[in-house]
Amino acid sequence: MNTEGRPLSPHLTIYRWPITMTLSILHRMTGVALSIGLIAFVIWLAAIAFDAVPYDSVKAFMDSLPGQVMLFGWCLSFFFHLSNGVRHLIWDTGRLFEKSQANASSWFVIIATVVFTAAYWFMV
Amino acid sequence: MVRDYCHGRFHRGLLVYGLGGVFEMSLNSPLSRVLGSGSAKEGTDHWWMQRVTAVGLLILGLWFLISIAALDSFAHDDMHAWVREPINALMLLLSGVTIAWHSVLGVQVVIEDYVRGPALKVVSIILNKFVHLFLGTAAVFAVLKVALGAPL
Repeated sequence: MNTEGRPLSPHLTIYRWPITMTLSILHRMTGVALSIGLIAFVIWLAAIAFDAVPYDSVKAFMDSLPGQVMLFGWCLSFFFHLSNGVRHLIWDTGRLFEKSQANASSWFVIIATVVFTAAYWFMV
Repeated sequence: MVRDYCHGRFHRGLLVYGLGGVFEMSLNSPLSRVLGSGSAKEGTDHWWMQRVTAVGLLILGLWFLISIAALDSFAHDDMHAWVREPINALMLLLSGVTIAWHSVLGVQVVIEDYVRGPALKVVSIILNKFVHLFLGTAAVFAVLKVALGAPL
């Protein structure tokens, strides 16, 4: 059977990129970032508890620029994943499923993430 | 009109040719379909525990960030003394277990979506569970050692 030259149905690339898709992908990316953060969390606890893991080296790295960038990334990821996670929990109750609501809550999550992260990082 | 009988590994059913296409008519009783929970052999447990641990982490995560921000010093002996406080040790134990639990469920979905090939997929999922079990247990062990051990 000749399968070439057939008409294709409109695929993802033909649509204007909706904000909800960005948030969906970011939820997954921040989740993976926070899973990597779990490794850092365990190293930090191990450094406090065990002599074999030198606490001062761990602290020195976290105080350095790469360490601070990582901490800021996890901070940002945490507040995004938390805000969007609450959005998911609301969806689980069957609410806010209308297209306009999904778009509005997307922007609400983005604003909440920026505000929480900025408040935590710069004020605390 | 019944045409074929299909006997798959996980599913028994009839292929029914009717108006508008071919339909599969299950020969399983409704009860056996619920008990079998499909080819995954599990029900809503993954989805549900993802939500339960999420609510837990909402509390534990905010506790952690607020508590850490309230600290004056991150020197080793100060951190050690902080972890030794029973309420902090308790919250850290709950955090370690809940983070690892939530994380293992989330990463598993990512693996299921992106890792190609059944063999590599199963190996990745098992490895994911081992790594998270190790991380969760290491966190618990570290907190217990500090909390139950002597002051620094």
